[in-house]
Amino acid sequence: MTIRDINGQFFRGVMVTTEKNIRIYYTKAPVLIFGLLFPLFMFLSFYLGREVNLHSFFPGLLAMSLFFTASSVGPLITPWEKQAGTYERLLSFPVSINTIILGDIAAGMIFGIIINMVVLIVGLIFFDYNINILFLFFGILLASFCFSSLGVLLASPSVRSPSHIMMFSSLIRFPLIFISGIFIALENLQGSARVLAYFSPITYLVDIFNFSFKGECHISPIIDFTALSIFSVIFISLSNRFHKRNLIKGL
Amino acid sequence: MKKENNNVIEANALTKRFGNVTAVNQITFSVNEGEIFGFLGPNGAGKTTTIRMLTGLLAPDSGDAFIDGVNVKRNPIKAKMKMGVIPEMGNVYVDLNAQQNIILAGRFYGLPMKELKKRANSLLEQFELYDRKDDPVRTFSKGMKQRVNIASAIAHNPEVLFLDEPMSGLDVQSQRLIRDIINQMNQKGTTIFLTTHNIEEANQLCARVAIINKGKIVVIDRPERLRRTFETTQSVEISFDKCIDDSLIGKGNIVNRVERLGDKWKLYTNNPDKLVKYLAKFAEDKDLTIVSMEICRASLEDAFVKFTESKSYDD
Ligand SMILES: Nc1ncnc2c1ncn2[C@@H]1O[C@H](COP(=O)(O)OP(=O)(O)OP(=O)(O)O)[C@@H](O)[C@H]1O
Ligand SMILES: [Mg+2]
Repeated sequence: MTIRDINGQFFRGVMVTTEKNIRIYYTKAPVLIFGLLFPLFMFLSFYLGREVNLHSFFPGLLAMSLFFTASSVGPLITPWEKQAGTYERLLSFPVSINTIILGDIAAGMIFGIIINMVVLIVGLIFFDYNINILFLFFGILLASFCFSSLGVLLASPSVRSPSHIMMFSSLIRFPLIFISGIFIALENLQGSARVLAYFSPITYLVDIFNFSFKGECHISPIIDFTALSIFSVIFISLSNRFHKRNLIKGL
Repeated sequence: MKKENNNVIEANALTKRFGNVTAVNQITFSVNEGEIFGFLGPNGAGKTTTIRMLTGLLAPDSGDAFIDGVNVKRNPIKAKMKMGVIPEMGNVYVDLNAQQNIILAGRFYGLPMKELKKRANSLLEQFELYDRKDDPVRTFSKGMKQRVNIASAIAHNPEVLFLDEPMSGLDVQSQRLIRDIINQMNQKGTTIFLTTHNIEEANQLCARVAIINKGKIVVIDRPERLRRTFETTQSVEISFDKCIDDSLIGKGNIVNRVERLGDKWKLYTNNPDKLVKYLAKFAEDKDLTIVSMEICRASLEDAFVKFTESKSYDD
């Protein structure tokens, strides 16, 4: 096999894995609950019965929604396959652990993008923005990749039951949305809350969205994109390490 | 990477430890092209662990595995392209239907869609699943799931097929169907490696069998020769109402060995049927009542004891 054959086999593996994930996991209850209902309820509890200027909060809420949808598929797939016994079958195909990780990331990413296209269009119908399409487009692309990678990383603990992983992943994901400048703008965060915000990848997407919708930002688009890229690399390399380590425990 | 012989599978001192358990201990063997090779051993012997190392799922702690001359550790994708694997449990996607399962598997090997559809349909017919091809696999019985499992593993016409206990838990009819399929695949030139803990199954299918126990290969031989050894491990267990002297109970030529287990005797023999008749007569002559009597056919465990005890097996 030449290098080209191996690359071809790799991309084919990622594509087929992605397709399998889309077909099987998009309609699973945990994905629908944690990926769709959760951000919706978060939005409603934030919005209802309060005087909120949605026009200025919409970019942040869109970032929250993208975070939840894109990171909700990843935690489900591997634990589900380990429990069903299909993980072993999947590994016996000509794929590596990286093929599977990337296929899972792609599935989460596509889920996030599709759902948030709908949210975005609804937003654009109600509010009038002067959008910077390029930043919006690449922001969504990179952030969904980053969030989905986090989702796949959250799937790596060797727990047999998918529901345990879903609980664990909510435990990690939930706090993140409160420290990311969504409900309280970054510039109003003080001291340690401000420092904490820099450790959340969502913060950088909120900033990108604020820039592309309203032309205002508190960090800088270049730093935002760099930070999201670094987070992605960290999530993927940790995924690779943990999924490899816990592979045998799941067979 | 060069191949100097026609060994399709080669295991070279494969070893795998889990904590302080050595699941597979220095296993070395080779399987010829076109052979059906059986791995026979009790629960926990290390069969599944060996298959996982041969198929690139599990990295051995030491040793190497080669598939058709390709080093599995160094070149896993290339090695995996050559094989089909049927894992121990019914590992199919129950949300997909039978046809989708086969097509999904085939696509990982890069088969074109059109060819795959044709292949899937012919496999479904061969496996007697065509009528149910559009139903999700979750509605299938265990035997049907196992057939989907096998069909998915051979969609790409592999050179080598690994099956981990393919018949366990299936009824006689499903077993026969799977046996026929394995034989058909083999006649078309596929090399087959299967594990089992059933002596009969190994006997019916395999050209050669390796017996594995506690992670070690005890013996590799043709099944008929192993069977002859198994036969000497059959026994009859009997107890009487009265105590009798060890020497009384037939040291005749049909009993090979006598073992005392509490108030019972375990009499090893090649011919349990004849021994039972003899014992009935013995009890009558001696005016004894038989409290219990049981025939113990050759068991794998007994055979292991036999194989590990007798070092003179390779006559
Ligand atoms: N993932 C694992 N972690 C720890 N120990 C393991 C693991 N997998 C197998 N073992 C141990 O390795 C030994 C061999 O197990 P293996 O599954 O290979 O046996 P087997 O011959 O396939 O048995 P069975 O007939 O029950 O399928 C056993 O002692 C088992 O407990
Ligand atoms: Mg096993």
